[in-house]
Amino acid sequence: MANVFTRMGDWVIERSPGMLPMYRKHMTEYYAPKNFNLWYYFGSLAMLVLVNQIVTGIFLTMNYNPSAAGAFDSVEYIMRDVEWGWLIRYMHSTGASLFFVVVFLHMFRGMMYGSFKKPRELVWLLGMLIYLALMAEAFMGYVLPWGNMSFWGAKVIISLFGTIPVIGSTLVQWIMGDYLPADATLNRFFALHVIALPLVLLLLVVLHLAALHEVGSNNPDGVEIKKGPKGNRWDALKPADGIPFHPYYTVKDLFGVGVFLMVAAFIIFFAPMLGGWFLEHDNFIRANNLVTPALIKPVWYFTPFYAIVRMFPAMLGTAVWGVLAMFGSLAVLVALPWLDVGTVKSIRYRGTGYKVATGLFVLAFFGLGAVGTDLTAELIPKLFGHVDVTFWENLFGRSMTAIYFGYFVFLWLYTHLGWEKTKPVPERVTTHD
Amino acid sequence: MTKRHFSSIVLALVLLLGSIQVAAAEGGELPSAGTNLRDQASLQRGAKLFFNYCVGCHSLKYMRYSRMAKDLGLSEQEVMQNLDFTGSKFNDPVISHMPEASASKWFGKAPPDLSLEVRARTADWVYGYLNSFYLDPSRPVGWNNTVFPNASMPFPLWELQGMQTAVKKPGSDEVEKLELSKPGKLTPAQYQQATRDLTNFLEYVSEPAAMQRERYGIWVLLFLAVYTLLAYMLKKEYWKDVHE
Repeated sequence: MANVFTRMGDWVIERSPGMLPMYRKHMTEYYAPKNFNLWYYFGSLAMLVLVNQIVTGIFLTMNYNPSAAGAFDSVEYIMRDVEWGWLIRYMHSTGASLFFVVVFLHMFRGMMYGSFKKPRELVWLLGMLIYLALMAEAFMGYVLPWGNMSFWGAKVIISLFGTIPVIGSTLVQWIMGDYLPADATLNRFFALHVIALPLVLLLLVVLHLAALHEVGSNNPDGVEIKKGPKGNRWDALKPADGIPFHPYYTVKDLFGVGVFLMVAAFIIFFAPMLGGWFLEHDNFIRANNLVTPALIKPVWYFTPFYAIVRMFPAMLGTAVWGVLAMFGSLAVLVALPWLDVGTVKSIRYRGTGYKVATGLFVLAFFGLGAVGTDLTAELIPKLFGHVDVTFWENLFGRSMTAIYFGYFVFLWLYTHLGWEKTKPVPERVTTHD
Repeated sequence: MTKRHFSSIVLALVLLLGSIQVAAAEGGELPSAGTNLRDQASLQRGAKLFFNYCVGCHSLKYMRYSRMAKDLGLSEQEVMQNLDFTGSKFNDPVISHMPEASASKWFGKAPPDLSLEVRARTADWVYGYLNSFYLDPSRPVGWNNTVFPNASMPFPLWELQGMQTAVKKPGSDEVEKLELSKPGKLTPAQYQQATRDLTNFLEYVSEPAAMQRERYGIWVLLFLAVYTLLAYMLKKEYWKDVHE
């Protein structure tokens, strides 16, 4: 039997000699630093979730009806009449939220260990493009069930483009294909969600990995193993502190996958709505342009950015400032490799200022999330009694916005002006033999 | 697993549980519905109440009689004789016969379909709503509700609960509490149980898959636990010659 497989393999290799070198380059002879920690699981987990979204998405597409008249009914049809339809849908809806959980952690890992710094700027840029495409993908997917929050969420998010002076209202109509989110909107969002953006995402993921494998992975110590001593058990010319991605990190990731799937399965089988965070109550009401939900807010993963929009008042006769700030909050992330030019990569060896600022940045991100999900509007009266909630919410949200942007300004000053007092960086990864 | 790993996992869990906790507290003053989808007798009693008191106006358009029979442990005959008063076929969905146009005229608003009511509102809301009707001569149908103020629905369960009147806060129009001014056929405890059953039934209707998913979930988690353990051992085996 083994002989048959060997012969089949040989048959393929004979006809496509380039395949084996490619497999070696990216798997068995891709030398990754041996000191990856917990934070390094989230890249492979993001790939796992991407595959899950594509596979479950294909099955949902078989039964979903992309029309304003039929969409909501077809989702309930999937939940009730399609064999295992409820499981497929919960895997897709839970997967969407968990995608953002792992991607946020993956991005934060990159920030903490300086994985965006030279020579990995392109890896970071491609990653940010993936994140932007993912936001578009998630937003359009959220509209498809055509619940009341889908409808009003779509209306609010699309009208953000309406704040652009002169062309705003025409642009909004062009995006929706109507004066309100309607059949035309749902149809084009469906096309973009199931074909266009997944193709873009897959291409970008391939480029992200290709760019990474050219320069090699960073690690929690932020040292370049390619610049360290050469020679390991497998190859005399390869980095001494590197181990082959396959089988070492493939088996390690298999374990990470197990832990992650347990969390995912717990949500899917025992709390698919996760208390209204992953599936929202108002989205079990059919889209209705005459009935506004009590509170229109985007799904949790958009809320930090959405909060920034809300924190900027209209000035000079236009409300475009909040929208500009929101795009700005993403733009500063894209520009991170040129804002933070400190030569020390890992937070382990960076200055105290960097550590404090990064802690504050995380706080600001969660704080903005709390404003965007309206947790603050709920908590302020509970904690402080009868006070002007809007005033305190704005004060809090604007402080958090200031910290968010302040982080990038600080990093720029801190590293360009040489204020940072770093610790000595080891020559090799701390766990070398 | 190092100490640092452990503390980050703990932190992540605390953050997750914290946010769920806040979400759960959102309901505010609503009483707990105390529903239990595993209580089949309660689901059957709830179904009986629904088909006796509610289906006259409210549909469950995503719920088929046949599916309900299977999930609630009822036979086709039992359902067709005791619950199906609309002359529908066994595989049909539960559709009320009230004409929508006249319903809008009578109540100002057509009675909503209740297939997803519990998912849209939560079980506590539905249970609270069913317990919070009171007499209010200023309303067109004579009833008002503290959970859903100025609801246009008359109170069909009044013969079971009796009639409640509102005790207003002194010098204000705010309702302080409701008092049972005329007892109904059921005692207050019996009525609470009846509305709990009805809410339980509507919770089932809003997500029939809930009857299965927890049952499968246990096996999936057990499988994943074994898988994760094996993966961990495999990783240890492969990594024993790498100094971490």
